[in-house]
Amino acid sequence: MTAIRAAHAAPPIRTKVRRNLTTLSFLAPALIGIVVFFVYPLISAVYFSLTKFDLLSVPQWVGLDNYKRMADDPFLLQSVRNTLWMVVVFVPVRIVGAIGLSMLLTKLRRGVGFFRTIFYLPALVPPVAATIAFVYLLKPGTGPVNTFLEKIGIDGPLWFNSPAWAKPSLVLLGLWAIGDLMVIFLAAVLGVPESLYEAASLDGANAWHQFRSITLPSIRPVILFAAVTGVIYTLQYFDQAAVAGSIASGQATTGAGISQSFGYPEGSTFTYPLWLYTVGFRYNALGYANALAVALFLVAFIVTLILLRRAKAFSGEES
Amino acid sequence: MNKRIPHALFALGTAVLLTTACTPAPKETKIADPGASVSGTVELWHFFTEREANAIDQVVKDFEASHPNIKVTVKSGQDDSKVTQAIGAGNGPDIGLSYSTDIVGKFCSSGAWVDLTPYITRDKVDLNQLNATTRSYTEYGGKRCAMPFLADAYGMYYNKDMFAKAGIAGPPKTLDELTEDAKKLTVKNPDGSLKTVGFLPLYDFYENAAAHLAPATGAKWLTDDGKSAVGTDPNWKTLLTWQKNLVDWYGYDNLNKFRSSLGDEFSADNAFQKGQVAINIDAEYRLAFLKDQSPNLKYGVAPIPTVDPARYGGGYVTGNIMGISKNAKNPEAAWELIKYLTTNDAAVTKLAGLIKNVPTTQKSIADPTLNADADFKTFIDIFNNPNSMTTPPSASGPAYQETFGKFLTDYQAGKVKDLNSGLADADKQINSVMTLGG
Repeated sequence: MTAIRAAHAAPPIRTKVRRNLTTLSFLAPALIGIVVFFVYPLISAVYFSLTKFDLLSVPQWVGLDNYKRMADDPFLLQSVRNTLWMVVVFVPVRIVGAIGLSMLLTKLRRGVGFFRTIFYLPALVPPVAATIAFVYLLKPGTGPVNTFLEKIGIDGPLWFNSPAWAKPSLVLLGLWAIGDLMVIFLAAVLGVPESLYEAASLDGANAWHQFRSITLPSIRPVILFAAVTGVIYTLQYFDQAAVAGSIASGQATTGAGISQSFGYPEGSTFTYPLWLYTVGFRYNALGYANALAVALFLVAFIVTLILLRRAKAFSGEES
Repeated sequence: MNKRIPHALFALGTAVLLTTACTPAPKETKIADPGASVSGTVELWHFFTEREANAIDQVVKDFEASHPNIKVTVKSGQDDSKVTQAIGAGNGPDIGLSYSTDIVGKFCSSGAWVDLTPYITRDKVDLNQLNATTRSYTEYGGKRCAMPFLADAYGMYYNKDMFAKAGIAGPPKTLDELTEDAKKLTVKNPDGSLKTVGFLPLYDFYENAAAHLAPATGAKWLTDDGKSAVGTDPNWKTLLTWQKNLVDWYGYDNLNKFRSSLGDEFSADNAFQKGQVAINIDAEYRLAFLKDQSPNLKYGVAPIPTVDPARYGGGYVTGNIMGISKNAKNPEAAWELIKYLTTNDAAVTKLAGLIKNVPTTQKSIADPTLNADADFKTFIDIFNNPNSMTTPPSASGPAYQETFGKFLTDYQAGKVKDLNSGLADADKQINSVMTLGG
């Protein structure tokens, strides 16, 4: 009986192994990509964060020294403050703006395609080009925006040249290029069953009630997606801040020298990734730069987990 | 025990081993005997583009003509980051040409660029033919890993028409005279805003970096043991107090508003070239911009004003540097090319004339053709002046300058109430940041 059972049992194991190998072979390209481009760099970053490394000589093991150093790093504190400001303001403003714009576009009766294209187009402009254009548009004194404001009797702000206005100017730039997010919300809003609105209308719900009770709950997964990707994007905010500081300071240059104008004016646009870049590629302190990168990864990971858990608790869904 | 843990540990160990295996290891280099024949291909990476890259090509051709056994491959537009990454990855060029002396400390201490002393000794190259300041910024910790490839000397440009209109006879020679002239040259609009500015003293404006102004008082960056000296050298306090008084006279907000309306430094809209600023700190390379973009501007050049008249005549000096990568494939040919480009008087003179930078050997400095241009000669004189200063190499590169720069922008904005304690804090911050380099 046992022999018969064993004889019956053998083929399924071989089949299972074969099936697993087949599955693995199909997954292999993706798995290799994940290992080579994600797992290996991540483990390398963790390893280098525990060393003193300048890219030019052999790394020296320093344990947790690079992490301890963060506690006394004044520029880290400044960059964290600026990055947090961006996360708290930039992400919600972009989400609210994208939802508002997508709602407006769903209400349009004529020229829908035209307006969708117009509002989406800025998202196709490379960030560096868009930032340069914005700095010149908002240039105090000679820029068209302040020239127009002056004509209507308003003394325009210094925009990218003012420590108080530099970050809001970056938010404005982000709002202008909102098309990528708008498209996603537009698809979500259009996906809400029309019958729900009709039923609500019959019950006497006005537009605000319909938005709050039907649209918002229906697009909640998309809001969550926008929040998570928005936070991760903003934690890595680099290009626009670097270019805006360089151009607005009047010292546009290339190569490593660009870091001299990082944070202009008065450190107001000095974000966490700018400090990470400076440490790593300007001062060649790759060990500390990797520690900063690992810390950024952990923060992004934890924030994502919190957002997902809160969203789950809020919606009562399990996934 | 969870079976996945050993697997994960194995994967982690493998990754760490792979990571460490991919990091560069030191390599010993032996040099050839004196008189040995040198041949083969040598690769030169430099940062120049367009007109300046053409100048390099011309002089490299001269080198190939005089060294028929050596072929040079030139790659232009390569900045320090690319060179660093290439050396780190084991694929560094034979020769790197950098625009920044800031990398000398790191490249010398890490061995990324090899020590040139054995070659210099073997070939009996007399380093005294090089200007003393350039010698100082091409070595670090007693190790000479670089040679100077032309230099920049910083001085003062002034607008002659604006000076004449304000009734000022000549350029200021002391900081007090500079303040006085700056006030006379400043014109305000009816609403009180600034129309033209005599001297725009903000540290983050164009070339007003602290390094370029430090020779005005002789302020030193580092102590002999390599620590920050900004809190202990009284010359910094003198310079900062003078600058802040002038900023306060204009009003920081007024200056910031005025500055924000000015054009980019490296464009035809440069504020000095457009007559919006009467006095500007800049280097000899501005002469080429003025000739090209503002041929009708009447300007003069002079050394920067100093607090002590005895210091007058000097300025800030820096330059380009060259070195041999530790993983150079043909270091002997690389040294031949470096020797030619940095110590051959005819080659250095030709390069200086084509690129419009200051030459670095004693004979090329005295070249009558280069000195025929009175404005260019002013910069050669600044370069030669014993009061001229440079920024000392550091293993953390420009970290000490940029950290101080952040303090200075806070100070001029009025965010630092007590200068003494502010400078003491800056000392601590600089010393902390400098430990990043070792």
